Amino acid sequence: MQEAAAANSNVTVKYLQSTTQSDYVPNINQFISQKCGIIVTVGFLMGTATQNAAKANPNQKFAIVDYTYSPAIKNVDALVFDTVQDGFLGGYLAAGMSKTHKVATFGGMKLPTVTIYMDGFWDGVQYYNKQHHANVQVLGWNEQTQNGSFTGDFTNQTKGETLTQTFISEGADVIFPVAGNVGLGAAKAVQTADSSGQNVNMEWVDTDGCISAPQYCKYFITSVEKGIQSAVKTAVLAAASGTFKGGNYIGTLANGGVTLAPFHDFQSKVPAALQSELNQVKQGIISGKIPTPTKSPV
Amino acid sequence: MSEAIRADVRADVSAPGGGATRGDGTGAGSGSDDGRPVAKAILDAVLEGNSVVVTVLAIFSAVVVGGLLIAFTDPPVLHAWGQLFSNPGNAFVQAWDAASGAYSAMFESAIINPHAVAAAFHGGSVTAVFNPLSETAVNATPLILAGLSVALAFRAGLFNIGAAGQFIGGAMIAGWIGFAVNLPVVIHVVVAVIGGFVGGAIVGWFVGFLKARTGAHEVIVTIMLNYVMEFLILYLLGLTVFRQKGRPDPISPPVAGNATLPHLFGSVLRVNAGFLVALAAAAAVWWLLERTTIGFQLRTVGSNSKAARSAGMSPESTWIVVMLIAGGLAGLAGSAVVQGTDFVLTPQIYGTYGFDAITVALLGRAKPGGTVLASLLFGALHAGGIGMQAQTQIPVDIVTVLQSLIVLFVAAPPLMREVFRLRSTRAAGQLEARGWSG
Repeated sequence: MQEAAAANSNVTVKYLQSTTQSDYVPNINQFISQKCGIIVTVGFLMGTATQNAAKANPNQKFAIVDYTYSPAIKNVDALVFDTVQDGFLGGYLAAGMSKTHKVATFGGMKLPTVTIYMDGFWDGVQYYNKQHHANVQVLGWNEQTQNGSFTGDFTNQTKGETLTQTFISEGADVIFPVAGNVGLGAAKAVQTADSSGQNVNMEWVDTDGCISAPQYCKYFITSVEKGIQSAVKTAVLAAASGTFKGGNYIGTLANGGVTLAPFHDFQSKVPAALQSELNQVKQGIISGKIPTPTKSPV
Repeated sequence: MSEAIRADVRADVSAPGGGATRGDGTGAGSGSDDGRPVAKAILDAVLEGNSVVVTVLAIFSAVVVGGLLIAFTDPPVLHAWGQLFSNPGNAFVQAWDAASGAYSAMFESAIINPHAVAAAFHGGSVTAVFNPLSETAVNATPLILAGLSVALAFRAGLFNIGAAGQFIGGAMIAGWIGFAVNLPVVIHVVVAVIGGFVGGAIVGWFVGFLKARTGAHEVIVTIMLNYVMEFLILYLLGLTVFRQKGRPDPISPPVAGNATLPHLFGSVLRVNAGFLVALAAAAAVWWLLERTTIGFQLRTVGSNSKAARSAGMSPESTWIVVMLIAGGLAGLAGSAVVQGTDFVLTPQIYGTYGFDAITVALLGRAKPGGTVLASLLFGALHAGGIGMQAQTQIPVDIVTVLQSLIVLFVAAPPLMREVFRLRSTRAAGQLEARGWSG
């Protein structure tokens, strides 16, 4: 949104924070009464409140992140991200980088937006095993049983640290936390392990970790990104310039809505062969030749 | 129970109150009876040591400190402070504008907005005039119910930290009856509300039962049950029965129209029958505490469980009954939210009601009337916070700061007395004797 404001000086941004979910309706109403050009809501919890507000105010433009409507609503831009696709790449890369043949993932809470990443990660590792006749194990998640490790929230870093230490002691050497700030705890555990001479790394989630948590950049092989920022920016600028269309948008590898972040410090450490394999897998996913199954489809 | 014993207990509990004649107090200094003197002493201090004056001054002080916080954290004001020496007047003007702007936005969104009143006289909408009050009542409703739950337990000497878990229990059953069962108008909403009470009561009863049978401390049990219930609802929302058709998100289907609490004043104003349920519950709790034998036993057990036992009462069965009712009240709060404002069950349905309930119960000095007033205050702060945030872009967290400061100041009466040069506890106690509350 700030990027949108920077790109178009006519855009001014206002934020409202909800302390409980009972605040959603009054908060949306506040913005409607202030005649905002577009109201952006975030998360599946706001799905119903946004839908009701959009139906009651057909001329008010909305965008919602991580939620879609069927049928689509024409004054709502519903933005979802098929993160199973880049999660798949993350899993493939992790399996390729693992020396111990054990990789681990865990989630903040067992929500579809979290487990879709973990499904993708799991798929990617299985695909790597098939291609290389390898036997890399995934700790912390099993797509078939949908059982795995969760810290219970997205804030308690200590839990992420403890869980990561457990994974490391079980032999995992690439960790993929899907748990927001809890991932910082994982990074701390990786740092501790690294300083005691173990070779452990991780992948960051949602944003480019080397930008959002640069202090741990040297442990991030890559980040499994979800392009919320650019999708929201596009929606806001469209609303500002009158080209707003509404309907559902799905971010994929093909349209760049989901992607693996640059390797940064790992540019030289990821073998060239693995990098080119990753590109082939990416093309395979885009063309649909490589399936990316998930039990939490967008 | 004989009058003599009744009079004995009464004399015992009224002694520290400086000659108060009502027998509703918990005896200060009688902390050794239950093996937790510190906790009890704190509770006594909060519940008995304050006068209405101290409460009002605490609110006033919180507003002043909150205003200073706004004035020193708002970015434009900070910029003005940076130029303090080149343009000193500007800094103070800006600081004053930021704080007063925030508070007037809060007032306009929680009580009454003069612009809306003026507009109404010129053909504008009349409902807009009452919208702030309606929002205040909507926000206060679950707080009143959950606050009563905590207050009632306090009066029996129990710390109910489990309002959140009991809230979830109530919301779960009320919500399930709401979306999965088909019943006629009126009956459906009533059955769902009763379901909410039952859902909370089961969780509460379990706490009382464990304490009575095994001596498990209710603080530990209620906190642990909060986690159990949080994960239970997350688990249930993972099952197809509790989900909307064809959606992967953990959200239940919306409750049927028949099961929603009807709006009291037309479709625009969100204030609903849940507010009446809350007020009725407050009256019922007052009646229970002040006019029934159970209430008398409850207060006696709360004052001194050993004395109660030697007077022939059973603290164990009292604990079970109290926790059952307290759980039911918190469950009603869950029903008020799921049937009145949110309409769907989600993993976050319990919000912060559980802990807010403790603060309003403390602020209301564990009395039904006081709890209602404290909840209305917090409801107004919350409704006002939303408006303040929208109009001034000052973070809504300032409201949490205000609420915490109020409780902090209320919990530290000697500080308030020192700051405002009030007379001793004794004077405060006398004020309290003819003060507010039922």
